[in-house]
Amino acid sequence: MTDATAANGGPPLLEVEGLVTRYPVPRGLVGAAARRPQRWVQAVAGVSFRLRRGEMLALVGESGCGKTTTAQSVLRLVDSDAGSIRFDGADITALGSGDLRGLRRRMQIIYQDPYESLDPRFRVRRTLEEPLEVHGIGSRAERRREAEEALRLTGLDPPELFLDRYPHELSGGQRQRVAIAASLVLHPDLLIADEPVSMLDVSVRAGILEILDDLRSRGLGILMITHDLSTAARFADRIAVMYLGRIVEEGAARDVVTNPQHPYTQALLSVVPKRDPRQRQRPEILRGETPNPVDVPPGCRFHPRCPIAIPECRDVDPELRQPSDARAGHLAACIRT
Amino acid sequence: MSLLEVHDLHVWFDLARGGELHAVQGVDLGLDAGERFGLVGESGCGKTTTILALMGLLPPSASVSGRVLLDGENVLARGERSVAPHRWRDVAMVFQGAMNAFNPVKRVGEQIAEPMELHGIAEGRDARRQVGELLERVGIPAERAQRFPHEFSGGMRQRAAIAMALACKPKVLLADEPTTALDVMVQAQILELLVALADDFGLTLVLVTHDLPIVAQVCERAAVMYAGEIVESGPTDALFHSPRHPYTRLLFAATPDLYGTEEVASIPGAPPRLDRAIVGCPFRPRCDSAFGRCVDDRPALKPVAAAQAAACHLNDVPQEVPA
Amino acid sequence: MTSTAPILADEHDLEAPPPRRRSFVWSVVRGQPQATIGALVLLAFVLVAVLAPVIAPYDPREKVGAVFEPPSSEHWLGLDDGGFDMLSLLIHGARVSLIVGFAAALVAMLIGGTVGLLSGYFGGRTDTVLMRLTDYFIVIPDIPLMLVVAAIWGRSLTNIILIIGLIYWTTTARVVRSQVLSVRERVYVQRTRALGARNGRILFRHVLPQVAPLLVAITVLSVAVAIFAETAIAFLGLGDPTLISWGKLIENAFSRSAISVDAWWAIVPPGLAVVTVVLACTMVGRSLEDALNPRLRVGHLSVRRFRLREREERAS
Repeated sequence: MTDATAANGGPPLLEVEGLVTRYPVPRGLVGAAARRPQRWVQAVAGVSFRLRRGEMLALVGESGCGKTTTAQSVLRLVDSDAGSIRFDGADITALGSGDLRGLRRRMQIIYQDPYESLDPRFRVRRTLEEPLEVHGIGSRAERRREAEEALRLTGLDPPELFLDRYPHELSGGQRQRVAIAASLVLHPDLLIADEPVSMLDVSVRAGILEILDDLRSRGLGILMITHDLSTAARFADRIAVMYLGRIVEEGAARDVVTNPQHPYTQALLSVVPKRDPRQRQRPEILRGETPNPVDVPPGCRFHPRCPIAIPECRDVDPELRQPSDARAGHLAACIRT
Repeated sequence: MSLLEVHDLHVWFDLARGGELHAVQGVDLGLDAGERFGLVGESGCGKTTTILALMGLLPPSASVSGRVLLDGENVLARGERSVAPHRWRDVAMVFQGAMNAFNPVKRVGEQIAEPMELHGIAEGRDARRQVGELLERVGIPAERAQRFPHEFSGGMRQRAAIAMALACKPKVLLADEPTTALDVMVQAQILELLVALADDFGLTLVLVTHDLPIVAQVCERAAVMYAGEIVESGPTDALFHSPRHPYTRLLFAATPDLYGTEEVASIPGAPPRLDRAIVGCPFRPRCDSAFGRCVDDRPALKPVAAAQAAACHLNDVPQEVPA
Repeated sequence: MTSTAPILADEHDLEAPPPRRRSFVWSVVRGQPQATIGALVLLAFVLVAVLAPVIAPYDPREKVGAVFEPPSSEHWLGLDDGGFDMLSLLIHGARVSLIVGFAAALVAMLIGGTVGLLSGYFGGRTDTVLMRLTDYFIVIPDIPLMLVVAAIWGRSLTNIILIIGLIYWTTTARVVRSQVLSVRERVYVQRTRALGARNGRILFRHVLPQVAPLLVAITVLSVAVAIFAETAIAFLGLGDPTLISWGKLIENAFSRSAISVDAWWAIVPPGLAVVTVVLACTMVGRSLEDALNPRLRVGHLSVRRFRLREREERAS
């Protein structure tokens, strides 16, 4: 997988550079009346990454680390405050709403909750044909063909069995397949999958991930957002670990998992439960919880919880760089590596 | 004799549209004092209903049969009347999503003290002191008892929910998906806490989850449920290394492992409906090694190895026959 | 597609999807008998109104006997202050009362629904402006406004409908807005937006259908309010003087001192008719609301009286 990606030349499908997205912190009536200064949450605080066609990048991190906001910024569903987003070579950071509509055809998102992401009043057929209608693509017959093809692509075969069903008549896995199919009818180049399997039963998860795997091999760029390192390790080409709005480590999935450089990644990996009861390792449990992104610690944002922090970590905000004992393309943001 | 024994437990739910759902179809369990036991299965397999039945926490639409012996006494003998005195006192529970089930307008400390007062264990100043001790024990500073739930983080509320379950010093702690909505790091903290509490208090911990690796890491023994029944039970080590039911094997194979290199494969199909009678083996349609007998003969849970039992006909035929 | 294992057809039948949801109407009828009763009563009144010329025993504008003649076998409800047959008046009066009720409720539904939908969906400044407007309409006292508007616009049926609709749309707007606020955040609405759909499509294809049942429920409730308001307007002498309505009947009897001559039959029947229709609308509307809002029902764990069952009886 990694080799195939390397062979894939041309500009990256998605190029994010120094992305910053922040939200105002509600001041409440009292705060506003007292004219307290507006405070901001830096949900994404300078994130850069690249995604090629035919590649799956997993954005991994705990809730509140900014991975979902990153995805929403890339999709231009929220406006970012700094940085640039280039899609297929074109800068889309400041695209107007008219041009965005055309862009939406080419980038699609799959949501976490398959029970919520389909309109309960729409039959599968209508859910699948709607994106085409929105963009005025094809005749009625063509739209129907597209819908059937998309169902087949997601393993719901034969399509006739599903076209006339309502979401509540489908299992969770089937709904997620329909949601994926609905994003495929537009033949997108980029697919963002926001925790695509975390709400599904274990026995059907692999099937959904295999579909994504298959789409990747057909040339789609896939950005998978997940908190599950095991899934990322098994299915993604590359992993980017986020902490408090920053990518703290990035590299080929195997490298990140087998040779983690950043102490946060090391801690995360150590607490992932293993299937084999004989592999009971001592987890390196970090105390406390991720700090509030309103009050980001100075210097390295991880230093208050870091087991190997030194006084310098309080002053230096480390950049992503390649540690000495890491392979090419494996980066970490830690001065101690 | 075990601390908690369950014999042939059945639970049916009346359905609004008529008919009934046979949610638990004959579960047998034996739990020893101080052991950590895992109850694993996918959504709808009856694992939550099983432990709710142990607590007698079922709605009026439910009917129950079977025996639940706590220290030899059948707590289900007279329904609600016989189970109520034991609830929370002997068997307590951390509900699924318990961390979101606190009353938002009452202080956390008062809510933890409530079961103590209900069971006449402690009141007033004494109750407050015990609440403080409990909170400290689950890793929350005692003075936080005066705070409101929204002032706690998700992980802290889950700790408080555990403290509430321990309020009456129960013998058995049932934890239903205690870490599902939590981040991995907080999940690790909570699991560490549950193990420590079980050891310190000599608690019997029943961990109900869909997450096999959690059970593998936390529990000594486990039971795998499918379609309302236990299809395999035994030491977690044996379940992973020598499963005797295809469902157990396939479930492990469907779970990605951090360092695993083998193919992760989903199990085709879905569990059977429980509002119809099940003929033959409930797993047969999804099984990769089903044979003729599985069609109409429902396998019973039988011992297959030391402390291991499975409900699969494959265990009756010589090893070389099925592929 | 090497890796994607297709799900075979027969497996879906094994998995047997949950049975189709019974229609919403059916679930209301089953769960809430008062809904059926209310609906039947309403239907009866509508039939009476439609068939008025056929079933009314006399022409309501024709003098058929003495003033305030008491009920008899020929005139079941007696005669009114002009010697007209009360029963015939009552039957014809149903027409105006029901027309005003339904039409005014429709006006309230259109205004309130639009305001609530736009306010909830767009939020921000739109929401602030529309909700302030709603607040103004809420605080204006109803009856004086009715009097003023009726005096200025004139006393026609259309005007009465418009006035009532203009006064009673605020509840609808508020309820619809709060529902839209939650539907707007649903993932499928966000997904539709992410795929490039315009607001119009999202509003009409995804949001409106979701709030429609609620809108119907409030509208049925406002029919009751509107009929009541029409009665009040007519009683105050501000109704269309050329039309027969229940309010007008009460007003006539009242102003021609039916009470002092003990002619109860001139006042009680139209009063009862108003009460019955209002009650029927409320029963239907409330049941719909209850069915839409399951949170009002008793919680799952609040009653723990599960039943015990002998296993032997089921040993099959």
